[in-house]
Amino acid sequence: MLEFSLLAGILFGLFFGLVGLGLNLVFGVMRIVNLAHGDFMMLGAFGAFWAFNLWGWNPLVTVPVQGLAFVLAGMALYYFLVPRLAALKDFEMISLVLFFGLSQVVEALAVMAFGNNPRSIFQPVFGKQPVHFLGQTLPVVWVVGAGVSLVFIVLVYLYLYRTRTGYATRAVMASRDEAAASGVNVDRISALAFGVGLLLASVAGMLSLFMLGSVSPDFGGGITITAFAVVVLGGLGDPVGTVLGGLVYGIALMVMESYLSSWASILPYILLLATLLVRPGGILGKEVRHV
Amino acid sequence: MFKRPLDLGLVVLIPVLFAVAPFVYNNQLLLFNTMLFLALAQGINIIYGFTGYLPFGYVGFFGAGVYGASLAVLFLHVPALLAVLLGGLAALVLGLVLSPLLRLSGAYFAIATLAASQAVYYVIANPSLANVTKGPYGINLSVVFNPQMSYLTMAVITGLVTAVVVYLKRSHLGLSLKAVRDDPLAAEMAGIDVERQRMLAWIWSALFAGLTGAAFAWQISVFYPDTVFDPGISIFAIVFALFGGAGTVLGPILGVVVLYGVYNLIGITEPQYFQLIYGVLIMVLVVFLPEGIVSLLKRGGVNVL
Repeated sequence: MLEFSLLAGILFGLFFGLVGLGLNLVFGVMRIVNLAHGDFMMLGAFGAFWAFNLWGWNPLVTVPVQGLAFVLAGMALYYFLVPRLAALKDFEMISLVLFFGLSQVVEALAVMAFGNNPRSIFQPVFGKQPVHFLGQTLPVVWVVGAGVSLVFIVLVYLYLYRTRTGYATRAVMASRDEAAASGVNVDRISALAFGVGLLLASVAGMLSLFMLGSVSPDFGGGITITAFAVVVLGGLGDPVGTVLGGLVYGIALMVMESYLSSWASILPYILLLATLLVRPGGILGKEVRHV
Repeated sequence: MFKRPLDLGLVVLIPVLFAVAPFVYNNQLLLFNTMLFLALAQGINIIYGFTGYLPFGYVGFFGAGVYGASLAVLFLHVPALLAVLLGGLAALVLGLVLSPLLRLSGAYFAIATLAASQAVYYVIANPSLANVTKGPYGINLSVVFNPQMSYLTMAVITGLVTAVVVYLKRSHLGLSLKAVRDDPLAAEMAGIDVERQRMLAWIWSALFAGLTGAAFAWQISVFYPDTVFDPGISIFAIVFALFGGAGTVLGPILGVVVLYGVYNLIGITEPQYFQLIYGVLIMVLVVFLPEGIVSLLKRGGVNVL
């Protein structure tokens, strides 16, 4: 039972790492907590759901197609909202409230468009046979979900650490002003990071249909907090830490599901509060407190 | 403190108006809910308007009050009025437990309170605690059911919370809180105990949400945990406070009267339309009118309390 929990925990950990990664990219470049992150995940899930139901698209085919739309939406969102806000005094708080409002709007529109029902995709879309590994039997969708998450995590890593744009993105994350002073086009880089953040949200949303069973229009609020917990656990503004945070969260969740299942739903909240209070910089450490 | 006749008038007028309102208008539940949101919006006002800390999870205190009062009635068999006080106490204790969150900067604080309210909800609604909290199966307080007394209690609470906001607005404490909000570093240099001041506002804010929750439990007497921990309650209170103008006495009152009035005039058939409207309102307000509609009056030269 413990071996199964650990193995499943690693699979879910990769998934939760992806869930947090998009949120953390957006935070990293702008110091904005995108409270609508979970709602974008929900939109990604519904995109995959409708593409599958209307045209029979495999969700893995839907990912790149709708991903492009999410990148463009993210960039548009950045150019529309952020430059007017950046001048305001209480930028951090105002942007938080703004994205809180946005999440309400997205959720309300989704209820109007799709009805307030949970949706899921018939599971055998990725094959019927369970996967046997290290003497454990795992549902194939978990393995596919973890695999897709891993692919995107690696892609983000390559983007951030092996391309010039990624190099500039990390410069903006470290210090906006200094990056601008060294000739980085901060707005373009940040807009791109917004776009990539939303793309990752859409992928994670599609995978939620399989990893979490179903997605309904009000799915966003809870998963945003989970994503934030994962991000805080790994350290805000630290993309590598987020993957670690996801793994810690995934394993903790699966162990709790096995031994204390009625309390598992409280886990993200407790982890978030404990990390913020005890080790606010996350496992790897950076400061978020002030006076 | 309440030397100005207008201040005292406002504090007395609101509960008196609500106390006589049922004689001319027969929808008592609507009047009760108006008072409820008035108290919650002022509670948000105490913490957000005076410290800049916005608790997204404010409903956690409301729910703590509901359950504090309910468990006091069911297990200690106390009279309902005392139970309301104990409900307030429960929220106050929760506020003290969560007070370390005030060390966080504003944005983290906002999300952390949201997480805290969810954590409290999942503890209370947990089936394995069903013999204490009744878990997800809900509470029945029909033994103390008394719509008139609970209504009047709510009117008194509304008066009290208004008094606290007037006090903050007029007192040295309120002034130093605003100094902390505008520039914590400078305030600290000026000799203000930043953490203690924030803590005071936080505790007052929690207490009133708890009292309001307790009075609500008494009024409706049968409810489920997901009713009283509904994040929509926080959203309503925040929108009302923001719309009217936080940091003033009249702002949240105006916000509730206008927005909650419109809400009920149109009639709620599809809650998502209001979620949409309120979501848009939050976005527009925070960018274009961060000080609410009272700031329009101020610009027009009216001296707003």
